[in-house]
Amino acid sequence: MMNAVIAANAVSLTFQTADGPVHALKDVDLTVCQGDFVSFIGPSGCGKTTFLRTIAALEMPTAGELMVNGMTPDEARKARAYGYVFQAPGLYPWRTIAGNISLPLEIMGFSKPDRAERVDRVLELVDLEGFGGRFPWQLSGGMQQRASIARALAFDADILLMDEPFGALDEIVRDRLNEALLELWRKTGKTIGFVTHSIPEAVYLSTRIVVMSPRPGRITRVIDSTLPAARPLDIRDSPEFIRLAHEVREALREGHGDDT
Amino acid sequence: MKNAIPILTVLLALVVIWYLAAIGMNSAWVRDQAARAGTELTTTELVKQTLTLERPVLPAPHQVAAGLWDGVAGQKITSKRSLVWHGWVTLSATLTGFAIGSLAGILLAVGIVHSRTMDQSVMPWAVASQTVPILAIAPMVIVVFASAGITGLLPKAIIAAWLSFFPVLVGMVKGLRTPDAMQLDQMKSWSASGGQVFWRLRLPSSMPYLFASLKVGIAAALVGTIVGELPAGASAGLGARLLSGSYYGQTVQIWAALFAAAALAAILVIAIGRIEGVTLRRMGLVR
Repeated sequence: MMNAVIAANAVSLTFQTADGPVHALKDVDLTVCQGDFVSFIGPSGCGKTTFLRTIAALEMPTAGELMVNGMTPDEARKARAYGYVFQAPGLYPWRTIAGNISLPLEIMGFSKPDRAERVDRVLELVDLEGFGGRFPWQLSGGMQQRASIARALAFDADILLMDEPFGALDEIVRDRLNEALLELWRKTGKTIGFVTHSIPEAVYLSTRIVVMSPRPGRITRVIDSTLPAARPLDIRDSPEFIRLAHEVREALREGHGDDT
Repeated sequence: MKNAIPILTVLLALVVIWYLAAIGMNSAWVRDQAARAGTELTTTELVKQTLTLERPVLPAPHQVAAGLWDGVAGQKITSKRSLVWHGWVTLSATLTGFAIGSLAGILLAVGIVHSRTMDQSVMPWAVASQTVPILAIAPMVIVVFASAGITGLLPKAIIAAWLSFFPVLVGMVKGLRTPDAMQLDQMKSWSASGGQVFWRLRLPSSMPYLFASLKVGIAAALVGTIVGELPAGASAGLGARLLSGSYYGQTVQIWAALFAAAALAAILVIAIGRIEGVTLRRMGLVR
């Protein structure tokens, strides 16, 4: 496969707990290519978030090999290979939106004019022009999460890792943000890893859907999307969309078969 | 104005109780005097005399108020009988001790949060330091410093610091640990250094805790200073005023000094509260 951005080869992660070892990930093989939009879906405990965190070097695999941009995850993180969007926006209340977006830039040592230019650019990218001077509490939840996406984009990482970024938002806001995220992905050509537990969200957004199942956390199926690149919201009523959603649901059920 | 009514009601009740107590506690002496002089006292005269004694067991509120007014406004500020002068002596030692104590508390908290060894070794000693009665420690501190030729402000400030570092330490340890796992992961995802995490995340997050503990700390520093002024014939400060009042049975003087100390404490705590309000509002932590 060409341009493998993320390459996992038999990655396993076992947590040692008081109740014995927990197999959060077992023998995960996956290759993500440049420009892919990959969703990870599965019930809680299937290791989807853990896998995203190992890519980000926030967890260390206990076995197997994981490469990000041809480097170890740790090196990749230091080389600013990815931006990570968490479930909550995590904006600092004492900083303005612009100040929050420039926080990672300050940490990484970008110059002041460079920071200002980048903040303006990413604010425009997430449709928040003119909100740089506001404080987080002056923004709605959806706008706050957009600001946190802007923050993850500000330092030009090729990879965007998103851990249920819209999980806490209501469905209407979620639809709009999903549409905006697709638009952003098209404009920037980034590789996106997206954790969700919503089947429609996964099908609507992804080029590939990775279905996972728990105990031990593993990949049960990888489904390539047959949807066209241009996806208006009403594509969700098309037969093709419904067929894909059905396939994902079947795959989820298969993964569950052995323990329910 | 509505808020003032309950406060005034309580205040009024306290004043009434105080007057009744003053009459009750001073009447024995008045009756005794009358019996010795062989005179009969009417109730009105009894009450009148109990409230105007030179050295009452419990001075009446208006006597304390007069003593307080005389001490604050009736004397030259440089006079040894001026409560403003004594107050300033106490205040300067309090502020010095508070500065030393809170700085020590903050620095120890930073160490404890960043080092497991310090967490396990410092905290028990900090707790132990507060279980020692300050009344037992204070004279020793004064004597040790005096033998080294150091008297005046510094020994008192040390005692004030002793009492005020602890609440700041406990508050700041809690405050610096408020950032949650997600916020720390976020910092890690940007490969932030320990210093960057501290200055940009931990320290700003700890501000509400810092101010809460500073308020406790400054009140404790004032208590420490006054206790430090009690032993070994200190001649200046509100504590010395309390002590000399009790030597000579000047109960009015004691109560006046006591109220001056309470007012000082209130002013200090309110001042920190104001700084807290402005800072936290600017930081967007309160609205």
